[in-house]
Amino acid sequence: MAASVVVVGAGLGGLRAAESLRAAGFEGVITVVGDEPSMPYNRPPLSKEALSAGVHAAELEFRRKPSVADVNWQLGSPVVSSHLAARTLTLADGTQLAFDGLVIASGIRPRRLPIPGPEAGRHVLRTAHDAMSVRDYLAPGRSAVIMGAGFIGCEVAATARGLGSEVHVVAIDEQPMIRPLGAELGLGMRARHLKHGVDFHLGRTVQEFLGGDQVTSVLLDDGTELPASVVVEAVGSVCNVEWLEGNGLDLTDGVLVDQGMVVDFEVPIVAVGDVARHPNSLFGNIPRRIEHWNIPTETGRRAGASLAALLRGEQPDQGPFSAMPAFWSDQYHHKIQSFGMPGIATSSQLVEGSADEACIFEYSDDTGLVGVVGVDRTAELAPYRKQLLER
Amino acid sequence: MVTITVDMDKCQHYGQCCFEADDVFALNDDGQLEYVKEADESRRADIESAADVCPMQAITVE
Repeated sequence: MAASVVVVGAGLGGLRAAESLRAAGFEGVITVVGDEPSMPYNRPPLSKEALSAGVHAAELEFRRKPSVADVNWQLGSPVVSSHLAARTLTLADGTQLAFDGLVIASGIRPRRLPIPGPEAGRHVLRTAHDAMSVRDYLAPGRSAVIMGAGFIGCEVAATARGLGSEVHVVAIDEQPMIRPLGAELGLGMRARHLKHGVDFHLGRTVQEFLGGDQVTSVLLDDGTELPASVVVEAVGSVCNVEWLEGNGLDLTDGVLVDQGMVVDFEVPIVAVGDVARHPNSLFGNIPRRIEHWNIPTETGRRAGASLAALLRGEQPDQGPFSAMPAFWSDQYHHKIQSFGMPGIATSSQLVEGSADEACIFEYSDDTGLVGVVGVDRTAELAPYRKQLLER
Repeated sequence: MVTITVDMDKCQHYGQCCFEADDVFALNDDGQLEYVKEADESRRADIESAADVCPMQAITVE
């Protein structure tokens, strides 16, 4: 009998893993389980153009290769538990699924902080549904309080200003996007946001949400009270791994895998995307989770091939995994593009332009260059990327 | 023959496709994407990779 594979997670990583299984010659049944009702769709526009122009999940759907036309899509109910040694999963709706091989592509969800006050009016931004809920509140005469000054927070801030909403960004960090971009470029990005009227409250935390049934204002730790038609919480993420507990896997910060995306377990299991803590030979093979857009595609490709080999009783490719992490951001028509891992750098250096105009920054640690970020200099980044590949 | 179409309303000229198939996609000196509309069948895998990695999902391969 042909083997069966269940893919837990119907995002980009799950889709690419299914396509890769087919490309590697796997002909058995593939079932993809997703908690959202939608087919795999592209999330980055949710904080940018889709938030601005209106959210249509169907328009954001990824094109699917013909090879996955026969995949079963079991959407709308998350996996809640698993007995991996017995090769079974249980969904929230009670459905039991059996598998020969498993792809863990369950991704991440926004972190929520326990803060007193009303719940209504507090939003996160991860799904198309989340974006639709936020969209209605971004308009002239409204006030958006955004918690967190990372990429999602800053993108929502830019989009909200574009829609005419008043915008307050509250973050504990000293500069926006300081972890990936460093303090100097973070300051430069802050200047761009200030020019567009964003009100920053940096080094501050939210102490309490105020209002009756619904949040109407936000109280900061320095006593400042900000009016809030809507609160968007963009303060990091949590891995969706609870359904894997009790199986003896290493779940400290996602799911630990080897260079083939294979989980060390008696049953064929791979993990992909945001949730996979994987080694990358370009960056010392230290297992890390990388929440960059291209990682689900790169890890999905590798994982599908590995799982197909395991299910044939063969050893997966043991070669190094050396995909170049990359991310992009759009804020007020400024294009930020990154290659490598600027977030692990210990120093940054401006190499072209100036931090509040078009520029390129190099990021280094004691091993040398680890990342490059360009603002409005996309076409000039290729040589830096090449240098990173040759590390 | 592989037929390539880029939706230039969606394309944001990030140039990620250029790293997958530099004989098909390139950014010009102004940072704008240029591409060839047809390529040999032997190039299909790389061109499909280019479509996969496009952040805007603007590339169609037939």
